Amino acid sequence: MKTLAADSVVLARRNLLRIARQPDLLTAYTVQPIMFVLLFVYVFGGAIRTPPAFDGYADFLIPGILVQTIAFGGFATALGLSEDLKKGLIDRFRSLPMSPAAVLAGRTISDIFTNTIALSIVLITGLIVGFGFNASLGSVLLGFLLIMLFGYAFSWVFAYIGLIANSPESANAFGFMTIFPLTFVSSAFVPPDTMPAALEAFAEANPFSTMVDAMRSLWQGTPANSDVWMAFLWTFAITAVFALLATARYRRAVTR
Amino acid sequence: MTDLAIEATGLRKTYGAVEALCGVDLRVERGTVLGVLGPNGAGKTTAVRILTTLLPPSGGTAKVMGLDIERDAARLRATIGLAGQYAAVDENLTGFENLELVGRLYHLGRKRSRERAEELLDRFELDEAGDRLVKTYSGGMRRRLDLAAALVADPPLIFLDEPTTGLDPRSRQNLWATIEGMVAEGTSVLLTTQYLDEADYLADRIVVLDHGTVIAEGTADELKTRVGGAALEVRLEKMEQRDAALATLADMASEPPSADGYIVRVPIERRDGAIAQAVRRLDEAGVQADDLAISRPTLDDVFISLTGHAAAPAEDGEEQEER
Repeated sequence: MKTLAADSVVLARRNLLRIARQPDLLTAYTVQPIMFVLLFVYVFGGAIRTPPAFDGYADFLIPGILVQTIAFGGFATALGLSEDLKKGLIDRFRSLPMSPAAVLAGRTISDIFTNTIALSIVLITGLIVGFGFNASLGSVLLGFLLIMLFGYAFSWVFAYIGLIANSPESANAFGFMTIFPLTFVSSAFVPPDTMPAALEAFAEANPFSTMVDAMRSLWQGTPANSDVWMAFLWTFAITAVFALLATARYRRAVTR
Repeated sequence: MTDLAIEATGLRKTYGAVEALCGVDLRVERGTVLGVLGPNGAGKTTAVRILTTLLPPSGGTAKVMGLDIERDAARLRATIGLAGQYAAVDENLTGFENLELVGRLYHLGRKRSRERAEELLDRFELDEAGDRLVKTYSGGMRRRLDLAAALVADPPLIFLDEPTTGLDPRSRQNLWATIEGMVAEGTSVLLTTQYLDEADYLADRIVVLDHGTVIAEGTADELKTRVGGAALEVRLEKMEQRDAALATLADMASEPPSADGYIVRVPIERRDGAIAQAVRRLDEAGVQADDLAISRPTLDDVFISLTGHAAAPAEDGEEQEER
């Protein structure tokens, strides 16, 4: 257990060092969230009918864009794992007397760091364009906990994607093809009741909507209904299912 | 404590219906180099992956440095180093960072890992490139770094999986010298290769693997004797001078010379000076030669001689095990 922790930290440090060296990855964590916030607030925002419970579109949007950004926070894990597998680095790691579980653990730990950076950038940009918290401190902190746990859950989703993909490119494409549309057909950017009936039904059932609505209620004080505890439930369920899937897949992928 | 660095008996590996290894025995004495020679898909990489605990065998047993590959896998990993044909180093880290990372994962501690990284960069003539990202390295530099990574914990046994495949001749020579140096210091080595000359140069004993089976074993000399050694080949200008050529070259031959069309083939034992001597003799006998060359036995010759078929490229399903 002690070596697992130590080895995971060594590998997490290596993953972060790599991200810092790859300008395209770094951009994804820094410039991209800023661009999205500005794009939605200033380009689309004027045309979107903000529900009356919110003071302005920024208050409505920031929880949504944050959930989308953090859901994608783990994509470096998919890319990195896929690359390590292809280039034989995983073999190198496995031939060393290190904890075998540290490869996946190190990945998900480095995602916590990058997610923290992405979260700060979205929030700071949000505060500049007019977002504000409108809830108790405890509730706001619970929101931070939820979004970080949610990000950790998606690290495992991306770990799994990275392990089933044939190449880093296909891991990337697969992530965008599946998760990107899911985040849009949700309550993240527009109220679902403005969508056609079939899409609205889908958006209402979409766990991303649950997550976004939970964040809004924790940070904006809007009625939560079941959203908050459902969001935690989804987060734990996704973590459990994908950690198991990824671990099993990792064993298969490396011992072929 | 046994004298064997590797002792494998009846190793088998099957992927569905494909048999990658069908009962392979391997023995490597401590301080020696075993060359595992074979074409793509012969099962070389599979054997290395099993012996380095990366892959569970479907059957058979093996001890590496006296430790069972299945029961003692964790302890075993601390006593071996692995360098692979795909140069498993991280392109987005510097050479120094790569070696430091491996040291940390061998649990050498931060300080010792850094010292060791410096030492190895020096030794592999990468000290000037140590702070550069590996993606700026040449192929030969990457292989040297990969080899250095295998040596971080100073293991008594290292596995080299096709260490020079894809390298230019000069980098290849350099790497050979490095490996020789390691062996001189007492490291045991299991080396896989597709090249007879590499096995010839580096290995004390050679095992020839084909379709997952050991088809021959012995020293380089023993194998070459089985295949036939080098031969002098003379292409004649005039067919009627053939007998004269055969007669004048006969006492250079280690075995009776043969002729096929315009080509006279003279098996020889020693290559040095053979061409000059042949030119002189042919000249004295008034035989005009169009071309003169020495042909050496190739891996293909070994295969044709040992199996009756050419060294076939990897077939479907074997590609992935040789990754």
